[in-house]
Amino acid sequence: MIDIVSRLRQLWQQFIAHIDFPLLFITIAIMCVGLATVNSATWDGNHRLLAQVGNMGVAMTIMWFVARLPPQKLMSFAIPLYVVGLILLVGVFLFGIKVNGARRWISLGFTRIQPSEIMKIAMPLMLAWYFQTYETTLKAKHFAIASLLLLVPFALIAKQPDLGTALLVGAAGFYVIFFAGLPWKVLIGLLIAGASAAPVLWTMLHDYQKKRILTLIDPTTDPLGAGYHIIQATIAIGSGGALGKGYLNGTQTHLEFIPEKHTDFIFAVYSEEWGLLGNALLVFLYTLLIGRGLMIASAAPTTFSRLLAGAITLGFFTYAFINMGMVSGILPVVGVPLPFMSYGGTALVTLYLGIGILMSIHTHRMLVKK
Amino acid sequence: MGDFHNSEADLDRFSFRLGFTAVCVLLAFAILLGRFVWLQVVQHEFYQTRAEDNRIALIPIVPNRGVITDRNGVVLAHNYSAFTLEITPSQAGKLEETIDALGEVIDIQPKDRKRFKRLLDEAKNFESIPIRTRLTDAEVARFAAHRYRFPGVEVKARLFRQYPLGAVASHAIGYIGRITDRDQKWIEDEERQANYKGTDHIGKNGLEQHYEFELHGQTGYEEVEIDAGGHALRSLKRIPPVSGNNLVLTLDTRLQEITEQAFGERKGSLVAIDPKTGGILALVSNPTYDPNLFVDGITPENWRELNEHPSKPMINRAINGAYPPGSTFKPFMALAALEMGKRTASQTISDPGYFNFGNHQFRDDKKGGHGLVDMYRSIVHSCDTYYYMLANDMGIDNIAKFMGSLGLGQRTGIDLGKDDFSESKGVLPSTEWKKQRFKRPEQQKWYAGETISIGIGQGYNAYTPLQLAQATATLANNGVMFRPHLVHHITDTKTGEPRLIEPKPIRDLNLKQQNVDVIRRAMVGVNKEGTGARAFAGVPYEVAGKTGTAQVFSLKGAQYKEGSVKKELRDHALFIAYAPADNPTIALVVLVENGGFGAQSAAPIARMVMDYYLLGKLPKGAAGEDAAAIEEEAE
Repeated sequence: MIDIVSRLRQLWQQFIAHIDFPLLFITIAIMCVGLATVNSATWDGNHRLLAQVGNMGVAMTIMWFVARLPPQKLMSFAIPLYVVGLILLVGVFLFGIKVNGARRWISLGFTRIQPSEIMKIAMPLMLAWYFQTYETTLKAKHFAIASLLLLVPFALIAKQPDLGTALLVGAAGFYVIFFAGLPWKVLIGLLIAGASAAPVLWTMLHDYQKKRILTLIDPTTDPLGAGYHIIQATIAIGSGGALGKGYLNGTQTHLEFIPEKHTDFIFAVYSEEWGLLGNALLVFLYTLLIGRGLMIASAAPTTFSRLLAGAITLGFFTYAFINMGMVSGILPVVGVPLPFMSYGGTALVTLYLGIGILMSIHTHRMLVKK
Repeated sequence: MGDFHNSEADLDRFSFRLGFTAVCVLLAFAILLGRFVWLQVVQHEFYQTRAEDNRIALIPIVPNRGVITDRNGVVLAHNYSAFTLEITPSQAGKLEETIDALGEVIDIQPKDRKRFKRLLDEAKNFESIPIRTRLTDAEVARFAAHRYRFPGVEVKARLFRQYPLGAVASHAIGYIGRITDRDQKWIEDEERQANYKGTDHIGKNGLEQHYEFELHGQTGYEEVEIDAGGHALRSLKRIPPVSGNNLVLTLDTRLQEITEQAFGERKGSLVAIDPKTGGILALVSNPTYDPNLFVDGITPENWRELNEHPSKPMINRAINGAYPPGSTFKPFMALAALEMGKRTASQTISDPGYFNFGNHQFRDDKKGGHGLVDMYRSIVHSCDTYYYMLANDMGIDNIAKFMGSLGLGQRTGIDLGKDDFSESKGVLPSTEWKKQRFKRPEQQKWYAGETISIGIGQGYNAYTPLQLAQATATLANNGVMFRPHLVHHITDTKTGEPRLIEPKPIRDLNLKQQNVDVIRRAMVGVNKEGTGARAFAGVPYEVAGKTGTAQVFSLKGAQYKEGSVKKELRDHALFIAYAPADNPTIALVVLVENGGFGAQSAAPIARMVMDYYLLGKLPKGAAGEDAAAIEEEAE
């Protein structure tokens, strides 16, 4: 009898050995808020609560598996994943399926996939591996090569066109390079160069991208077109007030004024029903998540794990900041979901993959030291 | 050692950058929170209002348009509900593709597409536009099954205006059509924009236009919660519309129909008035048109056909056609002479068959003249010479003064059309009129010679059939004149109360009864022993009447021979009458364009109308056959 109990305890210990509970609880807390909001957003029509619970199950299972993999194993995935991702991106560029005017998908016969999603993980993995490999002989040229590794997929994704994902992939890669020690001088130089090149970049943007930026500056110029999303989302947030309209009581939400309300614009739904108080809570939860991620990064034993953990953590921040910024009208509308809140299986799997990697890095740190 | 040191420095740098990013993250989140405070606290009230506005939409509910019935309750204009297939362009995506796809489900003709295109050009934003009207039940069911394929396309139940009797009395009733920019301006001038929200049809002419604001009704509203796509979700409040008021006419539809049939292919007009009220019993302008063609927006082909047809069916001859009255002018001239003391009834003239004025000879129709002619004979036999002389004796301004008091050359104010200008004024010649009409001084002068032919209803004289009918009715009513009108009363839908269009006498001419009697006796004589005798042979009631022929084409001295003149240059035939002569209940004018002599083509129509109105007798054949039996008779 005791045997069985101790055996079960042992199994349980093994089961949770690579789980980082602070990370787990923080994400579960955000997920609960997210599930409730998905439920509210899809209350009037196609209910999505159970589907999102399913997505969460799948994503957390993947997290569990990834967390068990030691960082060395993760390192070995870096090149294959990056190469496969790059080939698929070229494939999309050449034979991709056009959906809504953008070539983002590639058909594998039985299903179609979005290779840019793979790059969200493959990019920091690859660059972290690269800097780990050249850790001791790091020179300027390595930063140049790393930049090239970053820019090729970035350009391919931006060309699809999918500026949102391109920015996220680009940011993930950039964080690795930044943490790897890109000199401040170069960084500032790049900023100045970027600012002065802005007019040139502007001409390279697609019309719809330009329009998004222009409508951000003054959404009222196109109240029933591109500015519509911004205006309605802003009304939702503003009308929510300090304490919100109450769960399931958001008129903007339930009268269908908010577009994409269970995916990219879910924050408007949440904000309308929970108000400033709810927003503060959510921002606090994200701060906890990022704080824990940064702690893991700072405690990470190898360059690879440090850079990867730092980049993934800042990736979460980027997602959250861009999404809330765009929904509240201070950033242009780009297709970025709100992490752990927005409905959608692929995005959730990618997010928990990142959490799994963080857990792996954290729970395997002692083993490395030994 | 160096390696280790390097690694240590790396670690420090990494920790510093980690701390740096942490600060950045906190800063960024602080900016976000600042934005939230701005939106949710500072600007909260503004957005609260915006959200409130967003949620509630006022959807106008268009009222039922009032029904028009004749004096006996025969429906002349009503509404029926039918299904239309409508596309909201802002929601439907590519219109051409949508319509092509719809064409596979529901029959869509090229004309439907054309109309849709036209309406699309005129349309205000975000309103739905019919692609097909009057769907059958089968079509509605078929579309319902395919509905999911067509966002922005829906079946709507709409009320359609219908004129059940088609072309009958179309000039009186008028028609409705889609609101144009000009109509919009009218609505704005009347400050009725709010009440016309959701309304897309408006009266275009006739009664439909004159009584537009009676017929339209009060637009209702529904307060609904809507989604961003404009779909109504839930009704919060409903203020029902109030249907338009109903019009009950003085018109007798059967009489109208009989008259229109009597005209057949011939162009012309008939106006029959109840002389005691001014209520119009029949208002015919032939040829007519089908007002139903206009309701959905007339097709360009139909419009061209109606507009370019040589017989001009769109013109309401009764109020917009101005014709010389011809000899029908004579009883009024005679009355003027009696009233002004220029003649007595028994005073005779000797008619040699012509009247010389200056070096011009005005000829009588009858060669050799009528011999000794008193007032009675001058009317019965329609003696021109008598009236040449009389006109000369009276002078143009005296004639104009008296004829003006009968309403000739003035708008009657009939309840048709939007404003006074829907009715023609005609021409009442006078020295003053000529001064205003012409620009050059030599043209502005009135020549005494011009007065002569005015006496027999020719010259500058030009009156609408309605004006002549009003004058005849005034004569029949012993000089008490009423404004001619078509609506007997308006039934208020709110109260159910009838609101009578009070038959108010415009004026009393204060005619001497004995003078009126002289004219009446002479006009009765016309139909007993004069020019109207053939048409009114054997009537059981007494009819006062006068035939007339209006010259279209000046023959310059040659003898007028009907057969030798092209049809469109033939004279217009006229006939005025009232009956029963001692207590008239109907007064009318008949005008047959290019009908030749009034006795021949106009009087038989008058007979038919009176037989029906006074005796309830329906005509046996068409008026044309009877007319052929009547021999050519001098007027």
